Amino acid sequence: MNRYSRHIILSEVGQEGQAKLLKAKVLVVGAGGLGCPALQYLTASGIGTIGIIDFDIVEESNLQRQVLFGTSTLGKNKAIASKTRLEDLNSTITINAYPEKLTSKNALDLFKKYDIIIDGTDNFTTRYLINDVAILTNKPVVYAAIYKFEGQVSVFNYQNGPSYRCLFPNPPKEGSVANCSEVGVLGVLTGIIGSMQANEVIKIILGFRDVLSGKLFCYNAKTSQTTTLKINRNDSEFKKVLKQKNNLKALHEDISCETLIQEITAEDTLEKKQVMFIDVRESYEQPELNIPKCFNIPLSQLVDNLNQINSKHTNIFVCQSGIRSKKAVRIAQEHGITNCYSLKGGISELIQLFKIKI
Amino acid sequence: MILNIKYFGLLAEITKCNEENVEFSNSSVSELLSLLFNKYPDLRDKDFQVAQNNEIVSKGTIVSETEIALLPPFSGG
Repeated sequence: MNRYSRHIILSEVGQEGQAKLLKAKVLVVGAGGLGCPALQYLTASGIGTIGIIDFDIVEESNLQRQVLFGTSTLGKNKAIASKTRLEDLNSTITINAYPEKLTSKNALDLFKKYDIIIDGTDNFTTRYLINDVAILTNKPVVYAAIYKFEGQVSVFNYQNGPSYRCLFPNPPKEGSVANCSEVGVLGVLTGIIGSMQANEVIKIILGFRDVLSGKLFCYNAKTSQTTTLKINRNDSEFKKVLKQKNNLKALHEDISCETLIQEITAEDTLEKKQVMFIDVRESYEQPELNIPKCFNIPLSQLVDNLNQINSKHTNIFVCQSGIRSKKAVRIAQEHGITNCYSLKGGISELIQLFKIKI
Repeated sequence: MILNIKYFGLLAEITKCNEENVEFSNSSVSELLSLLFNKYPDLRDKDFQVAQNNEIVSKGTIVSETEIALLPPFSGG
C-alpha cells in the first residue's frame, strides 16, 4: 500500500477509504479530452476496476489535449491505447478496454458492471443515451462538457438528485451546437475539467457530503470566473425514461453511424464501376499504395479536401485496418458526398488483391 | 429594475459580452427573453436554459432577482 501512502495519511481517506477506492468500479465513456485526465487520476488513485469505452482512433490533432496518447499511438484505438498507458501507471488494478461505440444495445449490460459512469463524450446522442441508461440501471453519472474556454461539471442521478434531462430535457437541434473539432478548445481546459470529474468520482466513493449533485459548476478558463447553478430534480423527466424501459431503442433512434457506413471487401471492389480509391492514412504510413485510380488525403485533412472527391465515382476509402476509413466515409457523407464505401480489412487486403489480379 | 445578465458559451459570442446590465420592467422570464431577442435576434434559435439567482428556472417564472444567467448546452469532450 506504499503506492497510496499519501492518500492513507489523509484522515478523510485512510486505509478504509483507500480500500473503498480499490473496490470501486468506474466506467469512462470516451477517452478524449475529458476522459484522458480523468482516467489518469483514477488509475493513479487506485480505483480497482476501470472500464474504458471508445470506438475512435488517435489522431495527431488529439495530442494537444489527450494526454494519454503520443506519436507512437497514432492510428490506434483510444480505449486500447489508454489501457496500455494506464497499465504502466498502475498495474495493480484491472483495466477493461472496449474498443466500440456505446449504443442502446450494449449500454445496459455494460453499465450494470460498474458503480459510477463518467460522461466524457463529445456528442449529444451519446450524452442522452448515458443519461437514460444510467437512470434505468440506477448509476450516478459524473458529467462534464466543454466549449472553447468554458467547461461544465455536474453529478447526475445521484441520491435522488436531478438528471441531465432535468437541466436540458431534449437534445438541441442537429448541428446547432458545435463540437471541439469544429470550433477548437483550449487543451488545458479539458485537463482541468476532466480532473474535476475524477475528483467527483472519488468524493462519491469516499462518501463525502458535498458532491456536485443538483449543481452545475461552470468554469471559464479565459476569465478564471466560476459560477455554480442550482438544478432541481424534475420527476417527469425520470418517468419519461423509465416508461421506455423495454424500448430503449425507441427513445434513441439509433442513428448509429456504424450502421449507415457501407463496408466493401477488396474482392467486391472489382464489381464496381468507376472505382476511385482514397487512401486516408497519414503521409508517413507504410506501405505506399501504388495502384491506379488511387489518391491520398490524410484523414486529418479530409474535411478541407472534400472537393477532390467526386460522387460520380464509387469512392472507396482505405486505411491501415479499416477503422479510419469508416470515419472517412462518415465525414464524406456528412458533407453530402454519396457513393462511399470503407474497405474492409484495410490496405493489406488491397495489396494482396492487386498482386493477384494485376 | 436593472438586471445583471451573464451569457455562457456560444451565447456570449452572439451578445459579444460575458455579462451586461439590462433595464427590465415586465414580469416573466419569457418577457425578458423577448426583450433580449429583439436586442440580439441570433439568440432566438439557440437552445439554452435561464437561471435566476443561480438557480435554473422555467420560462414562466417571475423575474424577482437581479442575477440572471443564460446557459446553453455544451457538447465538447
